[in-house]
Amino acid sequence: MIKEKSTAKDKADKINSDFEVRSLDTTCVNTSELPMPWYYQLKYLAAGILFGIVLVKSEVISWFRIQEMFKLQSFHMYGVIGTAVVVGIISVFLIKKFNIKTIHGEAITFSDKEFRKGQIIGGVIFGIGWAITGACPGPLFAQLGTGVTVIAVTILSAIAGTWVYGKFRNNLPI
Amino acid sequence: MSIIEFIKQPWHWSVAGLIIGLIVPLLLIMGNKSFGISGNLRHICAACFPGNVSFFKYDWRKEIWNLVFAFGIIIGGFIAAYFLRDPEQVVVAPALAASLAEQGITDYSNMVPTQIFNWDNLLTMKGLFFFVIGGFLVGFGTRYAGGCTSGHAISGLATLQWPSLVATIAFMVGGFISANLLVPFLLNL
Repeated sequence: MIKEKSTAKDKADKINSDFEVRSLDTTCVNTSELPMPWYYQLKYLAAGILFGIVLVKSEVISWFRIQEMFKLQSFHMYGVIGTAVVVGIISVFLIKKFNIKTIHGEAITFSDKEFRKGQIIGGVIFGIGWAITGACPGPLFAQLGTGVTVIAVTILSAIAGTWVYGKFRNNLPI
Repeated sequence: MSIIEFIKQPWHWSVAGLIIGLIVPLLLIMGNKSFGISGNLRHICAACFPGNVSFFKYDWRKEIWNLVFAFGIIIGGFIAAYFLRDPEQVVVAPALAASLAEQGITDYSNMVPTQIFNWDNLLTMKGLFFFVIGGFLVGFGTRYAGGCTSGHAISGLATLQWPSLVATIAFMVGGFISANLLVPFLLNL
C-alpha cells in the first residue's frame, strides 16, 4: 500500500517536473513539432556568440561593475538592464500586436509565470551569490570564454548548487 | 580611428542594453525560445548526473538549443577577449577603487580581478567563498527562484510577468546585502 502511494507520488513528480521545465522555469516552453536538422541549432550558437561579445564589451562580465551596481556607485548596469527591459517590452508588444511567427512559420507563444515563495527566497540567495562571484549565469560562461579558466570551478559549483536544489526541493518552502 | 578600434573600446550601456534587449525577440523569432541561461545548469544535471532525482528526469535533449546558446556565449567571450580587447585598464568608480585598495585589490588589468580569481586561490578561504560557495549560491538560488537575470529580469519583465519583478527585486536585495556587508568581509580573508 505504501509502495503504491510512493509510485503514484513519483509519477506526479515526474509530470510536475516535466511541466515545470516547460512553463515555470524560464526555459523554452514549446518544442517545435517540425523535424529540424542539427544545423538548425547553429542559429542559437550565433545568437550566443553575439550575446557573449556584448557581455564582455559592455563590461557586464566585470566583477567591478557588479560591485558598483550594488554599491550604487555607477549607473552602468542599471542602464544596461533597464534598456534591455524596455527594448524587450517593445519587441514582445510588437510580436503580439502583429502576430509575428517564427522563421519556420510557427506561432510564438508566451506563458505566465506563477508566483512562488522561491522567487523571493531563491532570489535573495542568488543575489548574494551574484555579488560574490560578480557574475550571473550568462556572464559566468562569458568569463570562462575570456580565458579566466578558474571560473570553471564556479560553474561546476553552480551546477552542484542546482543539483542540491533539485534533490531537496520537496523539503523547501515552495 | 578604424571600425575595429572603435569596437574595441568599452561599449556604452545603451548599446549593450539595446542588443541584449533584441536577443529576446531574436530567440522568439528563431524558434519560439524564451531567453534564459540558468536552465542550462539544470540541463547539465539532467544530462550528466540525474541521480534518482525527479527534478532532473526530463528530456533535456528538447532544450539542447539552450546549451548551444550557452556554448555560443563562451565562444563570444573568447572572440571579445582575444580579437576585440581594449588594451586600456578597466576603469571603475573612484569610490570603489578607494575601498578596494584598502583591501588589497589594485590590479585592474582584467574585468575579473586576477587577485581574487586565480588557481592559486582555489584551496584558500578566499577561493572557497569566491568560487565554490559563490557559485553554489548562484546555482541553488537561480533554480529556486526559477530563473536568473536573463530569465526573470529581462525575459520575465519583457513579458510583464509580475512574479519576475518580485524575483528581480529579491536579486537586488540579496546583492545589496552581499556587496555591502559580505564581500568587504570576504576580501579580508
